[in-house]
Amino acid sequence: MMQTLFGNLAIFVLALLVGVEVISKIPSTLHTPMMSGSNAIHGVVIAGAVITASLASTPAGYILTFIAATLAAANVFGGYVVTDRILKMFTKPKQSSMSTTAGAAS
Amino acid sequence: MTGFEFLVGVLYLASASLFVVGLHQMRAPSTARTGNLISAGGMVIAVVTTIVFSLVSSGGHWIAWAALIGGALLGGVFGVRQARTVKMTDVPQLVSVFNAVGGGGAAAVAFAAFVLPGDAGGIELTISIPVVLDVLIGSITFSGSLIAAGKLQGIISGKPITFPGARAVNILVAIVALCAGVMAVILRGNTLMLVVVLVAALILGVLMVLPIGGADAPVIVSLLNAFTGLAVAMAGFAINNQALIIAGALVGAAGTILTLQMAKAMNRSVVSIILGGFGTGEPVSSSGPSG
Repeated sequence: MMQTLFGNLAIFVLALLVGVEVISKIPSTLHTPMMSGSNAIHGVVIAGAVITASLASTPAGYILTFIAATLAAANVFGGYVVTDRILKMFTKPKQSSMSTTAGAAS
Repeated sequence: MTGFEFLVGVLYLASASLFVVGLHQMRAPSTARTGNLISAGGMVIAVVTTIVFSLVSSGGHWIAWAALIGGALLGGVFGVRQARTVKMTDVPQLVSVFNAVGGGGAAAVAFAAFVLPGDAGGIELTISIPVVLDVLIGSITFSGSLIAAGKLQGIISGKPITFPGARAVNILVAIVALCAGVMAVILRGNTLMLVVVLVAALILGVLMVLPIGGADAPVIVSLLNAFTGLAVAMAGFAINNQALIIAGALVGAAGTILTLQMAKAMNRSVVSIILGGFGTGEPVSSSGPSG
């Protein structure tokens, strides 16, 4: 048990450090998409809902599975789609969409 | 470790790597959209791997799978519809809502990890401590993000909402949440105490965001986004799942840095925003020459 915990703690701390490194000094126009993009990534909690489903065998378990699945699915599907919609505006080559870009990023 | 478990570990590692590469690509406008797609690819690998692993290793009851599929369809359709139809100017509040449900989802997963083993035997500290932390953080982000979304949308006044003795109430609710959390751990699996933590944390989330001015709300959404990341990582500890731990920690750290950068870009300090009640655009008094 302690070995598992230590392994998980090591992963946790190293992932924290990677997270700090990977987002250093990004342009302020990308603040909103970055927030939205990382918001989509924590939708991975839907994997936790899957594991909950595989372990549940009581009515309380089924209800919690349903709640977790509903909330996590809204996070992960909505998160990626809305991030993609925001970023669509960034990839359009030289249109007069600069003002909308700045507006969405504020 | 069997060969199958090794394969699951490798696939989780691959999805975690895709999350990191995807986030890295999102730092520049030209590669940002690809980065998001790479990150989505990592998500697909993580979820499919978990589904196969769960079916093979523990099976589960068909009602639970039906609940999972029904919930995922409901949440997925809601999320995609909102994401497709939202006006671009309303995106920040939608992100805040998605952040809220993520925190709520993490809290629900942790709650299940606490309840499912049953009353017999009690729960190990290595599970109960992350569960309590997850329910605490996840519930704060759930209610806090909804309030922040309400402020951005204009449903709730963008002015800082304060009342006499607010700080004392905050501290009191925080103490209740902490004491109930400690009790839940000491009693080795007391569901009632965990419910107290849940309710107190929900109240705390509301109280934390109400005093914040509408102009500062995006910074708070970013901070709560980092909170959700940590809540998801705690859920990963509770159910011993590395995909949740890595992705959660990644978002927790990235979100914190992003919060600091956003506050800096707005010439605001995060501390003064969190302490709240200063109002919108009102300078912090400590730097002003007063005599």
